[in-house]
Amino acid sequence: MHRRGVGAGAIARRKLAEAKYKERGTVLAEDQLAQMSKQLDMFKTNLEEFASKHKQEIRKNPEFRVQFQDMCATIGVDPLASGKGFWSEMLGVGDFYYELGVQIIEVCLALKHRNGGLITLEELHQQVLKGRGKFAQDVSQDDLLRAIKKLKVLGNGFGIIPVGGTYLIQSVPAELNMDHTVVLQLAEKKGFVTVSEIKSSLKWETERAKQVLEHLLKEGMAWLDEQAPEEPQYWLPALFTELYSQEITPEEAKEAIP
Amino acid sequence: MDRFSWTSGLLELGETLVVQQRGVRLGDGEEKVKFDSGVLLLSTHRLIWRDQKNHECCIAVPLSQIVFIEEQAAGIGKSAKIVVHLHPASSNKEPGPFQSSKYSYIKLSFKEHGQIEFYRRLSEEITQRRWESMPTGQAMQVNKDTQAGRIRAVGIVGIERKLEEKRKETDKNISEAFEDLSKLMEKAKEMVELSKSIANKIKEKQGDITEDETIRFKSYLLSMGIANPVTRETYGSGTQYHMQLAKQLAGILQAPLEERGGIMSLTEVYCLVNRARGLELLSPEDLVNACKMLESLKLPIRLRIFDSGVMVIELQSHNEEEMVASALETVSEKGSLTADEFAKLVGMSVLLAKERLLLAEKMGHLCRDDSVEGLRFYPNLFLTQS
Repeated sequence: MHRRGVGAGAIARRKLAEAKYKERGTVLAEDQLAQMSKQLDMFKTNLEEFASKHKQEIRKNPEFRVQFQDMCATIGVDPLASGKGFWSEMLGVGDFYYELGVQIIEVCLALKHRNGGLITLEELHQQVLKGRGKFAQDVSQDDLLRAIKKLKVLGNGFGIIPVGGTYLIQSVPAELNMDHTVVLQLAEKKGFVTVSEIKSSLKWETERAKQVLEHLLKEGMAWLDEQAPEEPQYWLPALFTELYSQEITPEEAKEAIP
Repeated sequence: MDRFSWTSGLLELGETLVVQQRGVRLGDGEEKVKFDSGVLLLSTHRLIWRDQKNHECCIAVPLSQIVFIEEQAAGIGKSAKIVVHLHPASSNKEPGPFQSSKYSYIKLSFKEHGQIEFYRRLSEEITQRRWESMPTGQAMQVNKDTQAGRIRAVGIVGIERKLEEKRKETDKNISEAFEDLSKLMEKAKEMVELSKSIANKIKEKQGDITEDETIRFKSYLLSMGIANPVTRETYGSGTQYHMQLAKQLAGILQAPLEERGGIMSLTEVYCLVNRARGLELLSPEDLVNACKMLESLKLPIRLRIFDSGVMVIELQSHNEEEMVASALETVSEKGSLTADEFAKLVGMSVLLAKERLLLAEKMGHLCRDDSVEGLRFYPNLFLTQS
């Protein structure tokens, strides 16, 4: 009785088949690389054509930029990953966002001593627009968020914290966990928060509330008002709307430029 | 401009602020008025303008007065504008700066930009008409005047027709752009699929792929902006581009590093390099990927990552541990120092000053006093005096 597959002959045949398969595997990969190279050239041409017709649209129309970015994300492409990518080179999207990144860093550095490294997206938007000057192209808040997402990789602690319908932008490597974030969200309504409010809204114990608030104080992101009528109030300078109109002073500007 | 009323500028109960923009000038139709430089606020109920120099001067118009709005692009020497077409003022309107006007529209000039966001939000508010469902403390100005209503209808029809034509034209341009974009994305998607298939082949071969082929593949991924499906990192090290970039950086950063005591944070480097380039800027990922290759290329500068995640570039000759010794001296002289104080004394950025002090603490030379007044460092007497 012959058992199937057993025996020197069967083994030899199998080895031969595997070797042939591997060989074909090598050839297939090379073929595919060559194919990719060709398709890449074709794609580059298509992109050039698209750019010649619609480059201006991308530059001028923030809604179109959003659509463009969303479509890229859906198919698994990051047009902003490298300045050397086709998207950046031909559509010019790269320079737009990378320069915005520089401007965002400079504003955050200049204002850090005021707000501890936390700033609302609105204020950041205002200050960036001011810095860009009259003749520069307008930027939307969506543009800022995309630029900030790219800056995260530089390790400086850039983060985006959703609060009440808008965002707080963090630009320092301070650790802000869920507890801190939730308290920031609570404080967003009035610009300040108290221990009692935290206890009643979030159902925390006093100790936990105090720890979070002390951390924010230490980081310079919160200021303490002990003169408040009922109990001490913890204010977030990032949320003071009066500060929106305050110019960046020359001293602050010096701090911002390396 | 006769539709505006004086106001305190305070929001009513039930009224919410949507967006605000500084540097806005008001115009009465085609004519200039004295409202030259102000903050324009959009709430759920009103459009409010407050003079930047004189905060007492504050006027508002209810959103219900708005018929429609148009954008006017910027020109040479001219700011971008939003044109707001208004219903005639109702007879029971609160007093304002103008009794009458020959125009039925006003112009908002955005001298400091911000028009795109503002236009978007204003359109939303006019569409949603939230003021109808959120009554405020103040009496709402409802246009019940039927006589005015009939007069409105006549003049506006012509304007609305023009607007409809303009919308169709814009729509056509936009839809063509979207169509082209969709077609382009289809092709890009094919590229992504192909790269995945190649990556799978590479995995199966398990090391049989040549160095050359790997480099080629990575550079294709770089051009398309596709993350490396094999390693999941965005085409980390190994592309020619990043190697060249690393060498360039070593050259460019030598002098700046020397000027700054041998160490710079990566964000400082990013700003410095891109400001110098002006065009064809580096992406943050380009910079990080190039810096990751510095060590292996034996260049005179290197990347260092602190425990906090902060990334810096150092001269090879720079020894942070030695700097810690001199930091300890400085702190001892002053008794104790915060990162801010140390930074000012030594002439460093606060970020790097803090890292140095933390490193000194890690090495056992300094102790911390962490209170609500801030983080303060003291010489570690446990070590020196035991």
